[in-house]
Amino acid sequence: MSKPKVAFYWCASCGGCEEAVVDLAEQVLDVVGAVDIVFWPVALDFKVADVEALADGEIAASFINGAVRTSEQREIVELLRRKSKAVVAFGACAWLGGIPGLANLRTREEILAEVYRDLPSVADGAMPREEVEVPEGRLHLPRFDEDVRTLDQVIPVDYYLPGCPPPVALIAQAVTALVEGRLPEPGTVLAPDVALCSECPRRATKPEDLKLERFVRPQEIVADPETCLLAQGLLCLGPATRAGCGAPCVAANMPCTGCMGPTGRVRDQGAKALSAIASLIAPSDPEGVAKVAEQILDPVGTFYRYSLPASLLHRRVGTDGGRPAEPSEPVAAAGGGEPR
Amino acid sequence: MAEELTARAPSLNGGPRIGVYVCHCGLNIAGTVDVQAVVEFARTLPNVTVAREYRFMCSDPGQELIEQDLREGLVNRVVVASCSPLMHEATFRRATAEGGTSPYLFQMASIRELVSWVTADPEDATEKAKAHVAAAVRRVALHEYLEPREAPVHPDVLVVGGGIAGIHAALTLADAGKHVYLVERESTIGGHMAMFDKTFPTLDCAACILTPKMSAVRAHPNITLWTYSDVVEVSGYTGDFTVRVRHRPRYVREDLCTGCLACIDACVHKQGKVPDEFNLGLSKRKPVYIPFPQATPPVVVVDPESCIWFKTGKCPQTCVEACERDAFDFTQTETFDEVKVGAIILATGFRTFDPRRIPEYGYGRYPNVYTSLEVERLLNAAGPTAGEIVLRDGSRPTAIGIIHCVGSRDVRFHAYCSRVCCMYSLKLAHMLRERTGAEIYNFYIDIRAPGKGYEEFYDKILREGVHLIRGRVAEVTDEAATPEEEGHLVIRAEDTLLGMARRIPVDMVVLAVGLEPQPDTEDVRRLFNISCGGEGFFTERHPKLAPVSTFTDGVFLAGACQGPKDIPDTVAQAGAAAAEALAMIDRGAVALEANTAHIDEERCSGCKTCVGLCPFSAITFDEERQKARVNEVVCKGCGICVAACPSGAAQQHLFTDEQILAEIEGVLAYV
Repeated sequence: MSKPKVAFYWCASCGGCEEAVVDLAEQVLDVVGAVDIVFWPVALDFKVADVEALADGEIAASFINGAVRTSEQREIVELLRRKSKAVVAFGACAWLGGIPGLANLRTREEILAEVYRDLPSVADGAMPREEVEVPEGRLHLPRFDEDVRTLDQVIPVDYYLPGCPPPVALIAQAVTALVEGRLPEPGTVLAPDVALCSECPRRATKPEDLKLERFVRPQEIVADPETCLLAQGLLCLGPATRAGCGAPCVAANMPCTGCMGPTGRVRDQGAKALSAIASLIAPSDPEGVAKVAEQILDPVGTFYRYSLPASLLHRRVGTDGGRPAEPSEPVAAAGGGEPR
Repeated sequence: MAEELTARAPSLNGGPRIGVYVCHCGLNIAGTVDVQAVVEFARTLPNVTVAREYRFMCSDPGQELIEQDLREGLVNRVVVASCSPLMHEATFRRATAEGGTSPYLFQMASIRELVSWVTADPEDATEKAKAHVAAAVRRVALHEYLEPREAPVHPDVLVVGGGIAGIHAALTLADAGKHVYLVERESTIGGHMAMFDKTFPTLDCAACILTPKMSAVRAHPNITLWTYSDVVEVSGYTGDFTVRVRHRPRYVREDLCTGCLACIDACVHKQGKVPDEFNLGLSKRKPVYIPFPQATPPVVVVDPESCIWFKTGKCPQTCVEACERDAFDFTQTETFDEVKVGAIILATGFRTFDPRRIPEYGYGRYPNVYTSLEVERLLNAAGPTAGEIVLRDGSRPTAIGIIHCVGSRDVRFHAYCSRVCCMYSLKLAHMLRERTGAEIYNFYIDIRAPGKGYEEFYDKILREGVHLIRGRVAEVTDEAATPEEEGHLVIRAEDTLLGMARRIPVDMVVLAVGLEPQPDTEDVRRLFNISCGGEGFFTERHPKLAPVSTFTDGVFLAGACQGPKDIPDTVAQAGAAAAEALAMIDRGAVALEANTAHIDEERCSGCKTCVGLCPFSAITFDEERQKARVNEVVCKGCGICVAACPSGAAQQHLFTDEQILAEIEGVLAYV
């Protein structure tokens, strides 16, 4: 029997997810030995034509990281979808939109103008064109889409590996399950369905009647290394974030920023985290609440750091440079059981 | 809990079959909404098998439509498009249950309050009604099968506050055979009413009508009277409260003291030493004292703040010597009792407005400016002057000004009307004129006399020659503008009927102070888990339809703690509170909310966010398992924990995310 074929691909991402695969260290050799990698642009020299040459469904699983922002990314993920039995949204960006998803706070035009025209370091102000004639012929650039979309807003997705990047242990588990053919229900997020507090070493120190008088940023205090960070005023999103990472940030005295995404019953991680944190603010009068709340300097970037495109909001809307909320043709997730 | 209930649910015979019933409500709905069009529309919605209209769905034939369709199996879920849940949710849930299924497989679409009453254009209204129906249909399809639940009720009742409201409520319940714990923080019951001389409009002697009831309380075998005591802790829930009561030491044994008062005569202090609280400081009392002769229980109190024995340890203890019953016990300390009750009636009363907050009226600055309550004591035969109107300087007044609305109807203090001041001011005018023959000037904004015999009383006072001047008083001053004003207090006011400013010299000023919440209302509110309105009085469940209930089941309100009211209204409300408590107890069981929260233990991360937020203390944290748990009997279904739970482990029956989102999508998909 031939080894299962596997593909890796990256869309709008930082490359950290690719590093996470390499981070499997010696285990990566087991993986490479157990599977037949047919496409991995960052590491191996395969071409799109090689993928196109495969039969539909021939790839056992495609691990796709990054959010989707360009026509090229769309084309490739649609191709991989066709050629793959299973598609795994690999990492926070593919699942929820991730950090690149915060670009949905700006319009496409604003971003292009800023980057190609308004920045002080730009000299000629030439805007990128999708087609350009050069003496050698016609060149094409991918189209920069209206907004950032999650992978399952573009193609049906079977599994989700959370994290920024996904923890090595979860990757190894997922790959092993794939190789051994023990796949869970489609739509499953391949991490425990409980919040991070459950595995937080500081859980016992979290008070039952927490009332937040102020918020501080990590650089403003020397946090006690044993006490619940939220109780110290640090905006730790652990209570609103899926477990499975082993709480390394908290162990390093840094609050959880929410990269593992929401638990299964939460539709909108940012809204839920905001609702939870807001309910802990000590003052109850509007002025008092405002005083505490204004200490959260970047609410969208804090609560929706990894999930704006997947949220109910999806992007900034309105007349002040935004545009009407109309995510470009969202595609239903294969399983439909998990939040998108 | 949810799993258990679902397991017991009878088969719903396949998928949802929804019946939609659109009510005309006479012309209330049908006058604006095209009911026929809404019914036609409902028939097109997914899972709807029956859609009907009826003139009054809440009528017996209307309810029968639902019951019959359910019994015949045409439908297994019900949507009624009519008034509002507050009005008739209970009615239609009952009809759904009568039809043989769970009452919670029902959803209401409010097309009267939310549509026909507030939407003028018939076309808009009809479209809006369709949207509400679409939302309810989508939602009810996701409702769970839930059984109604009940909890048993403890038959005893706690009454907090021993004024006329608490006394009347306690006696009513005790007469009905219920055991009542009546807790009063002063050393005697009687409250404010015991301080009054006469009551309007009949001019009954307050003591003559009150003291028999006070004695009846003490004598009643079904009443445990705890004075000098406070409720310090309340736990549990409707039908099963546990209440902890603290008894402060009076240093005299209640079971031995007979109220002979020999000790007071025998006290080493021959004269009163400290301001007498009951007489509002107009007289002095000894360290061993009784507030007033008919105090109930008739047991003296020792005030350790002023008693020489407590202060120096050196006193011949002539009081102890004088006591034939050996009732003194200077070693007494606080003691506690813990009791179980099924219902609680709060009758914690009011306090009067402190007129020092209006410095221009001179209270506290001019000795001859009094509050109305002080004048009640002056008029009282058992008061500091034995009923003589003698001023602080020993003189007798020949002209008296009574200023209405002090602290009331004044945006600086209380915007509300205190309801009793007009009438008691007229009463005081009558009595002061009767006792002193002085000229009486009442300064009023409006006279409010809406009660049985009140307007007639006002008319009588007018004919007695009391001067009524319509206008708010600007100030009370002792600065004389003319020789005639020398040595008098001058009341400056605008007379709005004459259209001129006036200066009236008087010898005595009476400030008709308003009623305001007790200073510790906020603590009491927290203790009993109820709410207060903006002005600080306890909030009733519904201003018209549930005036003595609170949002905490099993806790009822009586008297002025709910808002200013006079004695007749207070007694009526106390009777109503007693009747409500009695109805609850005699039923033997209370229905519990179905829309309670529950926590999925497997999904709970133990983050404790919900624990401190529950306003009903229904959530406990299991340290061993590191999970939060909702006591569904205590849960009121407010949904705070569900909204706050950061991981979605807390969910609420009838308010799941799926149900709420389906409802929203129903409205939006249609619009």
